[in-house]
Amino acid sequence: MNRKWSVVAVAGLLAMAGCSSDLPADTGTPGTTGAAKDAGAKSEFFDQARYERQLKFRSTTPEGPADKPWEQMISPELVDTAKYAKPGGGYHLCFSNASVDNPWRQVGFKTMQEEVKLHPEITKFTVLDAEAKDDKQISDVQSFASQGCSALIVSPNTTATLTPAIEAACKTNVPVIVFDRGVNSTCPVTFIHPIGGFAFGADGAEFLKEKVKPGGKVLALRILPGVDVLEQRWAAANEIFAGSELKVVGVEFTDGDAAKTKTIVGDYLQREGQIDGVWMDAGATAVAAVEAFQDAGVPIPAFVGEDQQDFLRLWADEKMTAVAPTYPTYQWRTPVIAALKILNGRQVPKEWVLPQPKVTQDTLQDFLKQDMPPLHYAMCGCESMPGYPAPWK
Amino acid sequence: MSVVHEKIELTTGATRRRARRISLTPTVTVYLALVALLVAGSVLVGLNGGVLLDQGGILNILTRSTVLGLVAVGQTIVIITGSLDLSVAYLVGLCSLVAAQTMAGSDGMIVPGVLLALGVAAVVGLVNGLVVTVLKVNAFIATLGVALILRGYLEQNYTGPAGSVPRAFQHLGFDRVGPIPIGVLLMLLVAAAAWFYLKRTRPGYHTYAVGGDVDVARLSGVRTGRTIVTAHVLCAVAAGLAGVFLASRLGSGAPYVGTDAGYDLESIAAVVLGGTALAGGRGGVVGTIGGVLILATLDTIFDDLAVDPFFKDVVRGIVLIVAVALYARRKLTRRSA
Amino acid sequence: MNAPTTWRPRLADGTAPVLAVLAVLLVALAFAGPAYAEPAGYLALLKRAAPLVLLAIGQYFVIVSGGFDLSVGSLVTAEVVIAARLIEGDDANTVWVIALLLGFGLLVGLVNGLVTTKLLVPSFIVTLGMLLILDGAVFLWTGGAPRGALSPSFRVFGRGGVDLPVLGLLPWSVVILLAVLVAAVLFMRGGTGRTLVAVGDNEDAVRLAGGRVDRLKVLAFALSGLLAALAAILLGGFAGVSAQVGQGLEFRAITAVVLGGVLLGGGRGSVVAAAAGALTLESLFSLLNLLGVAGALESAVQGVIIIAAVAYASLGVTARLKSRAARTPEPARP
Repeated sequence: MNRKWSVVAVAGLLAMAGCSSDLPADTGTPGTTGAAKDAGAKSEFFDQARYERQLKFRSTTPEGPADKPWEQMISPELVDTAKYAKPGGGYHLCFSNASVDNPWRQVGFKTMQEEVKLHPEITKFTVLDAEAKDDKQISDVQSFASQGCSALIVSPNTTATLTPAIEAACKTNVPVIVFDRGVNSTCPVTFIHPIGGFAFGADGAEFLKEKVKPGGKVLALRILPGVDVLEQRWAAANEIFAGSELKVVGVEFTDGDAAKTKTIVGDYLQREGQIDGVWMDAGATAVAAVEAFQDAGVPIPAFVGEDQQDFLRLWADEKMTAVAPTYPTYQWRTPVIAALKILNGRQVPKEWVLPQPKVTQDTLQDFLKQDMPPLHYAMCGCESMPGYPAPWK
Repeated sequence: MSVVHEKIELTTGATRRRARRISLTPTVTVYLALVALLVAGSVLVGLNGGVLLDQGGILNILTRSTVLGLVAVGQTIVIITGSLDLSVAYLVGLCSLVAAQTMAGSDGMIVPGVLLALGVAAVVGLVNGLVVTVLKVNAFIATLGVALILRGYLEQNYTGPAGSVPRAFQHLGFDRVGPIPIGVLLMLLVAAAAWFYLKRTRPGYHTYAVGGDVDVARLSGVRTGRTIVTAHVLCAVAAGLAGVFLASRLGSGAPYVGTDAGYDLESIAAVVLGGTALAGGRGGVVGTIGGVLILATLDTIFDDLAVDPFFKDVVRGIVLIVAVALYARRKLTRRSA
Repeated sequence: MNAPTTWRPRLADGTAPVLAVLAVLLVALAFAGPAYAEPAGYLALLKRAAPLVLLAIGQYFVIVSGGFDLSVGSLVTAEVVIAARLIEGDDANTVWVIALLLGFGLLVGLVNGLVTTKLLVPSFIVTLGMLLILDGAVFLWTGGAPRGALSPSFRVFGRGGVDLPVLGLLPWSVVILLAVLVAAVLFMRGGTGRTLVAVGDNEDAVRLAGGRVDRLKVLAFALSGLLAALAAILLGGFAGVSAQVGQGLEFRAITAVVLGGVLLGGGRGSVVAAAAGALTLESLFSLLNLLGVAGALESAVQGVIIIAAVAYASLGVTARLKSRAARTPEPARP
């Protein structure tokens, strides 16, 4: 009775009130079809064309100031932004952040906050943190629509699921800047990211191919399945290992948990007797993996880590054979710079590809910062910023 | 307008039943707390140079309540029987995938997609209920076990978002009737249906009886097993609806959309915040909706004040403990009076 | 070590099955991995399992007295992050920080216990709230990510060991684990331990008999907090600073206790069985890993096993009760 009555009432109201929608008009952009494409390729993250493009980008000389890699761009295809020009300052920057739940995002977010302080023309910087929830980030992006933003920066939590909300935001004539993970749409003014996962994975795998003797045993440690950036790293490494004489004895997921990592490495040492190289898709647990070798009393093999201080210190102290590919945290500076360029009507690349350097034996000392916290990412491009190092400590 | 109408009917219904008691029932307390929170929040946000309850703010609070509201309404029914369901978070993700993959972008598959997702949810709920009643496994372990099994399935088969919903279906997630999103209407409709079930039907009375004292209920001729299984199925279907709604909002299915948001523990928190006793037998969906609105309002206020996300967790934890302590205290004073 | 035969049937119901399962798993490990052909392999397993066993023992005290402690996972994370921030890699700070960590664990347990008993909030809610508070507060304090570093002398407890003539290197964590286990068994055989189980069985009866129910419950939570602090010291020592170190440990500890045949809701089960449950869980993971079962299936296997274990225990109990009907009336329990 009650239920029936409510249905009737709601139906009546629908007819009366007239229906309004926040759904973006269908413009034929690959919003939903893109998601379907992802689904079809879910087990196959390897993409030959993108792989080759990224490997080529590694050796392309970027345009822009060499001492400011966060302002550099690789093979840019500049677009006109005159229609967004709003000279005169007094800007209100809005930022929808996926989360701050790991050290990489922490370092990046602090770098971005400091970058904002460098520009007096930004008078207000509003941040909504989605706490890693897709649905909350969609609401966050929607709620920015009523807050008078001069420009909207988005770091999407998930590529496919944030696409509709970002397409809706593009319709409001506020310039939208996307960085880190992308969206399946061409509507943002610019999409900022370092070269990418394939290059990251290849950097480490090529190093092992060079340093480990043919027939040597390699253990691959991954954080978790299903994150496209991480899947691409492994896809590239897998491709290179397949074309080498290295023997991959195991591919394991660590959940980013140091204790689990140490246990896994210990198990493999027991099972295989010897491991000659360790490849990792992210360096957060690299130190734990190295310690497993130390605790077992065997020499540390060739290692792939990342640019976190604790790994770099261990590398230097133990005189390891190692390399640290990076996913630079300096990319958090670029969206702010891009926003100001756009608001001043200056051209920006449609896809702003940042250089993605790696830390090698030769450059190790440059990135080693003894006074920084162990989980600080060296490639933050923040050493020359006014407040350094206090906010990052 | 119909929403207002529903709400009035809900509250009058609730007061009629409790007319003889002290007027400050947990349900009333929740809504008083909500009003106080809205006032305090408006002042704080106002001092900060913003407005809490403008069109955007209200929309924000309501949107944030939708999914948690759907899950929590189902959780209420299970908790009233003295059980609980820890598998809802994975179930939400699974159902979003089932719906989006069945639809696969085609308009004609909307209805089959929704029905299949709800069917899968019902089966999972049935399994939960049967494990609790037939295998006599404590609900905490039973639903934790089912949650782990669902997690294994999701991890084995999915590496990220999959499937896609047709544009027509996305209207469910993005359209509004006047100022109120359709999703909120759906949530309130489900809440109203659950209220009707619990307070106006025989199986509903049995739900309270089983939660109050399972042995007494059995001795009075209630089929306790059937009541508990039904509660689990209804809870799972509500979680399934949440998954379907999320599929419409995200445009595709996402395996971890439920766990990232922590809907398992969060929904239990919302239910007890709304005055339903964790031991079962007391409470209802009206209070739960109040609890959900309080959590969503807190979230929105914190966002407006640009509060550190870690601080939110601290406040949520304190609010939860304080609220339940207050309910317990009230019960205690009434007992001694 | 714990050969099932040495335990007299004096132990509570449900101890024998878990020890049998554990024995089977340990033998299977020997067949699956060459490392388990010698004591060193099992010693490594014990070392790895020590933190979980400690958490399970702590969780046992709370569960057997009729409660839940969902806060231990976030407490472990909080303790490790606090330790790193306060020690800052300096050995001189190790001693007082360890004392402070144990004190903090005790304090969190006390708060859990006092709010449960004095404010009459169900322990599920109290410890859920505490989980949220600890999770938020510790990262609010450190600004989102762990800072500082652990000192080598702090890490000795999780990484190092004592050299013994016959056994070789005996890890400190195993020494600590055995000491705690012995203490816990002695405690549970004493008057206080027995009353604790009685509280979980029938609180009102204990109260009428003059037992201090509230004080015992607070004690159980305090012990759980203390043991979580100890587990954190071992985990931090084993693997270093990490923000995820305690993630999911609360559910894993509860799973272990339940696997040991301890009844949720309290009143039945032994502490040895709870510890054996934790060891069983850890052996199972090692075995699955050795057999190369995909990580994704691991959680599904865990899910099936806990349901089966509890179903076995409760159906078994029901059958036994039916067979000796009316001897001791079962207390009503939801």
